[in-house]
Amino acid sequence: MPEQFLWAMEVMLNGLMAGVLYALVALGFVLIFKASGVFNYAQGVMALFAAMTLVGLQKGQVPFAHLINTIFGTDVHKFGWELAPWLAILLTAGVMVLFAWLVQRFILQHLVNQPDIILFMATIGLAYFMEGFADLMWGADIKTLDIGLPQGVNAWIDETTFNLFGYGFFIDNLDIAATIVAALLVVALVLFSQYTKQGRAMRAVADDHQAALSVGISLRFIWVMVWSVAGFVALVAGIMWGAKSGVQFSLSLIALKALPVLMLGGFTSIPGAIVGGLIIGVGEKLFEFLVGPYIGGATENWFAYVLALIFLVFRPQGLFGEKIIERV
Amino acid sequence: MIYREAGDFKTSYREDSQTFPIKLDRRAYWTLMVVAFAVVPFVINDYWANAVLLPFLIYAIAALGLNILTGYAGQVSLGTGGFMAVGAYAAYKLMTAFPDVPILFHVLIAGAITALVGMAFGLPSLRIKGFYLAVATLAAQFFLVWLFNKVPWFFNYSASGMINAPERTMFGAAITGPEASAPARYLFCLILTVALAWIARNLTRGSVGRKWMAIRDMDIAAEIIGVNPLTAKLSAFAVSSFFIGVAGALLFAVYLGAVEVGEAFGIQKSFLILFMIIIGGLGSIFGSFAGAAFMVLMPVLLKNVLVDGFGWATDLAAHFQFMIVGALIIVFLVFEPHGLAQLWRLAKEKLRLWPFPH
Amino acid sequence: MKLKKLAVATAAMVALGAPAMAEIVFPSLSYRTGPYAANGTPFADGYADYFTLINERDGGIGGEKIRLLECETGYNTEKGVECYESTKGEGAVLYEPLSTGITYQLIPKASADGIPVHSGGYGRTSAANGAVFKWIFNYPTNYWYGASVAIKHILDQEGGDISGKTIALLYHNSAYGKEPIRTLEELAKKHGFSLTLLPVDHPGQEQKSQWLQIRREKPDYVLMWGWGVMNQVAIQEAANIRYPMDHFIGIWWSGSENDVKAAGAKGDGYKALSFHMPGSDFPVFDDIQKYVVDAGKAAGAGDQIGTVLYNRGLYAAMLAVEAARTAQELSGNTRITPAEMRDGMENLDMSEEKMAALGLPGFGPAFKVTCANHGGNGLALVQQWDATAQKWNVITDYIEPDLEVIQPLIEEDSAAFAAENNITPRDCN
Repeated sequence: MPEQFLWAMEVMLNGLMAGVLYALVALGFVLIFKASGVFNYAQGVMALFAAMTLVGLQKGQVPFAHLINTIFGTDVHKFGWELAPWLAILLTAGVMVLFAWLVQRFILQHLVNQPDIILFMATIGLAYFMEGFADLMWGADIKTLDIGLPQGVNAWIDETTFNLFGYGFFIDNLDIAATIVAALLVVALVLFSQYTKQGRAMRAVADDHQAALSVGISLRFIWVMVWSVAGFVALVAGIMWGAKSGVQFSLSLIALKALPVLMLGGFTSIPGAIVGGLIIGVGEKLFEFLVGPYIGGATENWFAYVLALIFLVFRPQGLFGEKIIERV
Repeated sequence: MIYREAGDFKTSYREDSQTFPIKLDRRAYWTLMVVAFAVVPFVINDYWANAVLLPFLIYAIAALGLNILTGYAGQVSLGTGGFMAVGAYAAYKLMTAFPDVPILFHVLIAGAITALVGMAFGLPSLRIKGFYLAVATLAAQFFLVWLFNKVPWFFNYSASGMINAPERTMFGAAITGPEASAPARYLFCLILTVALAWIARNLTRGSVGRKWMAIRDMDIAAEIIGVNPLTAKLSAFAVSSFFIGVAGALLFAVYLGAVEVGEAFGIQKSFLILFMIIIGGLGSIFGSFAGAAFMVLMPVLLKNVLVDGFGWATDLAAHFQFMIVGALIIVFLVFEPHGLAQLWRLAKEKLRLWPFPH
Repeated sequence: MKLKKLAVATAAMVALGAPAMAEIVFPSLSYRTGPYAANGTPFADGYADYFTLINERDGGIGGEKIRLLECETGYNTEKGVECYESTKGEGAVLYEPLSTGITYQLIPKASADGIPVHSGGYGRTSAANGAVFKWIFNYPTNYWYGASVAIKHILDQEGGDISGKTIALLYHNSAYGKEPIRTLEELAKKHGFSLTLLPVDHPGQEQKSQWLQIRREKPDYVLMWGWGVMNQVAIQEAANIRYPMDHFIGIWWSGSENDVKAAGAKGDGYKALSFHMPGSDFPVFDDIQKYVVDAGKAAGAGDQIGTVLYNRGLYAAMLAVEAARTAQELSGNTRITPAEMRDGMENLDMSEEKMAALGLPGFGPAFKVTCANHGGNGLALVQQWDATAQKWNVITDYIEPDLEVIQPLIEEDSAAFAAENNITPRDCN
């Protein structure tokens, strides 16, 4: 087989994997948007906060150490324990539930029945607050996230493809792990929303707030739950991206990678987020591979949007969005 | 008691529909103008110009521009940073190509060029609506930044791709470049801001603005009553981009003097300006100013209070600054969800009745 | 709105009401927050700690206490402007902007205000031409020298011949990252290697495309001009594709502990340039421990001492103090003005003996600043990461850059700047 074709195949596979990572971030947006109609600008910062909390708890860091030391003149940094990864993840999930409850209690509850733009604005405020809060709590240094995820080239794929085609494909173990985790996550979400009482209640709220209220579903509870689930998704996204780069401020910028995916897949569709992520991942990688060298490279950022734009011109409601019927 | 309409009789339509129907407002407005034009230039120093007033005025122009598009015409845009970059690079190319032309023309032509670019990227708005339209403007944002970073012609083939504003003048006074005095730069920006705000106010209350608002409120209904969506949407994109282009040109040439496209005009800037108009109030001229003031002045104020006033460590202060700005946004929303402009409006309503609420 | 302005006015008044002009004032435009906080913090700590040391141990420079004005920029140019304007009224004698964007922005402003700017190892490369950039200094080295040193190191490794080899440049797609391209293109012509350019967009978390390309094309060496999260991801990806780490060389801003630690053991062998020594095996660190840390006066959390970027901050502070001393000697005043500080910087002579006397023997290259040359002699060394010992080892001497190639480039770029801004170069003879 010609080399160029093999390379394109490899790029495409890696694009799929990257797409899964984008989809992971986009999922968090979709969940909240579906259940409460909020475009949650703070999703990226939530991923950062979750990952920082995870590392902080695991390494036994004292929260607000800098502040405490400044005020009381003490010199505390560490509790001196190291937690097992699973315990730290569990505790972090707990923190995210608490966070969801606080958001519901102090923000959303006061903004019931407000237009979407107001709720969007509230999440801007939340993002600003969290940005300062996360750094204040855990410090701004780069933290190494180590919960035993595999990394590096997958030797088996490399060898198999080398024997088959004479060129070994590169697939990152971390990406494979991310794909598996994402698949499990989506299956769990689907099962949860289809077969549990709470999941059904969540879907009812997504369909119609008022009708859901009238049959006795607690909006407050649903909101706390949805934000907790989104917090958990943010944690997973934070772990996957953080494993690559260490946990640091830039993690909050991964939200930008999810935007074209959302535009393409539709804000309300979980399959849309997945398929959109894959299309964006493959599209931008292939474009960079095929066209990038001729126009100077670094095209991925804008091409993702151009791709989404082209799709939208033909399908203005997004891939899986419902057909927009306009009436006067 | 003091702030009231009683006794202020309007005898013509003209009087009735003026921008400030209450006498006290008019007086306050004219006082503000007199202070801004006749007092501030004599007392302004470099710190006030560069750290407070210039960014406020320039961001106010950008916020006005975005508010026309998003607040009045209902087209969501996240391409503000990219359009500002068009203004900045157009101004740079014009400034270096025609050094003898007064700077005002460079800035205005840069705005016009941005208007054309804005219209081109506004075309998808005829097909894509709502939140989804943001993708078209985001494509503009990332593509334009990439373009200005990649094509050396735009930055005159300099090694790093930074652009520097050389000295250019207006009526013999330097407006750009290091030797430009604080009052000159301030007045230049002030005149543009006031002129553009005046244009924006009159456009939005005239037939053009009514068409925009009709499109915003329901585009199909607007079409049925005879508003052409093509011209209405594209004119909104054009006018908005003109404002934003002027703001970008000023940001580069007058305020910063040297910019790098990715850092100065990145996606963060688009969000910042969107935040300004949302927090200030969508569809409000005053809101654009209030939002710009909040986002520009609040951090400076907090920094001065926390670091210089209380002597906190700079990083703690910076963290708290974020938290306070964020918390303030939320608190404002909980008390008054429609932005600072609505807060202002309500305060005025209350004041009219004060101290006799019934 | 008026109320708010009033409040700003009051706050600014409070700020400006503080006593000024009593000491030698060094502003530090630091960034302990934002996307590059992890790199800004150690630099700012080192910069502050050295001044504290001079104040505590020696009672200041020539009897004049140093006042450090730290101002948080968050690596944001607009905040940098605010910092510059708010500190310059306090009698600042030297700016250390610590960001390419802010440096470019300050070059015309500070020149007009008559305050020197030191951007050692960053900023505008052609500022090395003192005839054009009277107030700007970027000694001891700059990006173009750095690019040349990296190529020289590769030449050394390959036995002096790299014709026909391929070298890839992985760079942050910004003003900073694009700096070395011209130099490398010239050097490619001279040495006959071919250059592949691989831009990475900010912030650089996603570099799969670039590394797949490296894996396919197998360039003999990869140079990196990265910053922030881009560094960690690049080193991780290099390890993932099993790129030989000792053929992967970063510029000095891609060579701190922060950058390699995230990759763990796989980052072993990664190389980076530097223009000063890593580690804390210098006598001055004992003094820092005694006068600064033990006295509870360490800046920040006090946990960065001896890291590469801390040392870089300390080095910058040391150069500032020595320039101030030179200025005091030249002018006879102890309370120097910015203009005298500039003269001090222009006559700075960092000899081996001087550094040894300061407790920093061999810490940086020996160099002399002149009217025409504000850039030092451009010496830089190569250090290599040892993942088991978790430290950087210096593996070469200071390497001299290829001045023959770079000097004309500096002349050309500074001449273009002079023409664009109507500057007549000074006569330096």
